Amino acid sequence: MNNIWGFTISSARVIDYDKNDRSFAQYMTDTVPSSQLCIGCGGCTATCTAGALTDFNIRKLQMLVKRGENREAGEQMHKCMLCGKCLLVCPRGVDTRRMIFAMLKYIDNQKL
Amino acid sequence: MNPMNVIIIGAGTAGCEAAYRLAKAGFTVELVEKECTPGGNLNNWFQLFPDRKQASALRQLLQQQVEHPSIRLHTDTVPVKIERQDARHYAMELDNGARLEGNALLVTTGFRTFDASRKEEYGYGIYENVITSVELENYFANRQILTSTGKRPERIGLIQCVGSRDEKMCNFHCSKVCCITAVKQAMELRELLPDAEILCFYMDMRMFGPGYEEMYREAQEKYNIKFVRGRLSEASENQAKQVVVKCEDTLVGKPMRMTLDLMVLMVGMEASDGSRWVAKELQLPLAPNGFIQPGDPHYATNRTAVEGVFVAGCATSPMNLTDTLTDARSAALAIGEFLNGNEHYN
Repeated sequence: MNNIWGFTISSARVIDYDKNDRSFAQYMTDTVPSSQLCIGCGGCTATCTAGALTDFNIRKLQMLVKRGENREAGEQMHKCMLCGKCLLVCPRGVDTRRMIFAMLKYIDNQKL
Repeated sequence: MNPMNVIIIGAGTAGCEAAYRLAKAGFTVELVEKECTPGGNLNNWFQLFPDRKQASALRQLLQQQVEHPSIRLHTDTVPVKIERQDARHYAMELDNGARLEGNALLVTTGFRTFDASRKEEYGYGIYENVITSVELENYFANRQILTSTGKRPERIGLIQCVGSRDEKMCNFHCSKVCCITAVKQAMELRELLPDAEILCFYMDMRMFGPGYEEMYREAQEKYNIKFVRGRLSEASENQAKQVVVKCEDTLVGKPMRMTLDLMVLMVGMEASDGSRWVAKELQLPLAPNGFIQPGDPHYATNRTAVEGVFVAGCATSPMNLTDTLTDARSAALAIGEFLNGNEHYN
């Protein structure tokens, strides 16, 4: 649409859970079952090397995938440096690094 | 000398347990119950957490206990007048005309579940597929979960904190047991509906009891229950009679909308009408949350501000069954010490 008037319509920020494609989330559950155990404590994000330098937030990232917000997750994914510190702090034993690997692989295959 | 007599108001879990312990300790007990059978709120439950025991097992045990020869059970009746002559002499009139006398009084009037229709924005009583956690227990007893249109639900949402931690509903307090109840019910739902998507909407998961956190983990890992952190703001109904809910997924930081086939409201606990009546009749102080205020939060949990009047179970605060039973035994001990004149704390 040509923006001839100088105004645009913002797209809704709301997560539309009914319409979102959650096959990415299903893939993550299937390949890294421990990802289901996240309790959202943020320990991973607090220790994250990438998060210290950028707006990368691994806790939020996996939650975006779980809700089917795949495009936004895809934009963030590459910022992870795979250092694995998140793995050490996670109180629920989520295999966070493997989770990121799996996500990157999925995105590569899907060209998200 | 005649044995000393204790009047207990309410034959729920706390009342039955305390009655039995007092009877075993050599006291006689007058146990008053408004319903036609003892058991109280336990009668509405199908399975118990954390071991998934049948509620009927505990119910039968309690009912057997109150058959003790020193316990006189008065069912289908409520007190209409309580007279406290002094700390050790009580007279009580029942609505069936009976007059009971006792040397101590134990208040085990329990709780009532929050009336979900007061939370209008959730649509209970307006939308067909909005039910309460108590109704869901009934569904479990019948082993069948269907929507109002006769379908097997494909997506079910369990909503925490309905009538709890909600100042608009005049309930500041946490009802304690709804978090773990939701986890238990989600697991039971999964067993009946292997393919359904089951989500819990929570503010905090308060897994305070032994085995509770383990159960929460099991629900995530083995039962594939999804947990969404965010309080439901409102619900509406679509033409297919599904429930459309709005909340914020606070872990993502975005508002979210989704359609549910069935919405279960985890109703909280409030002081029962019986507790309110007894408190007024005996001038027992109430805590800000409306429950009866115990004498001291550590040393006198079963005493009230009125000497000789004791309290146990959910009349004082929301409690799980484990704590209710323990509290009832503790009350029996406190009453025994009081009547035998060897109290440890003043």
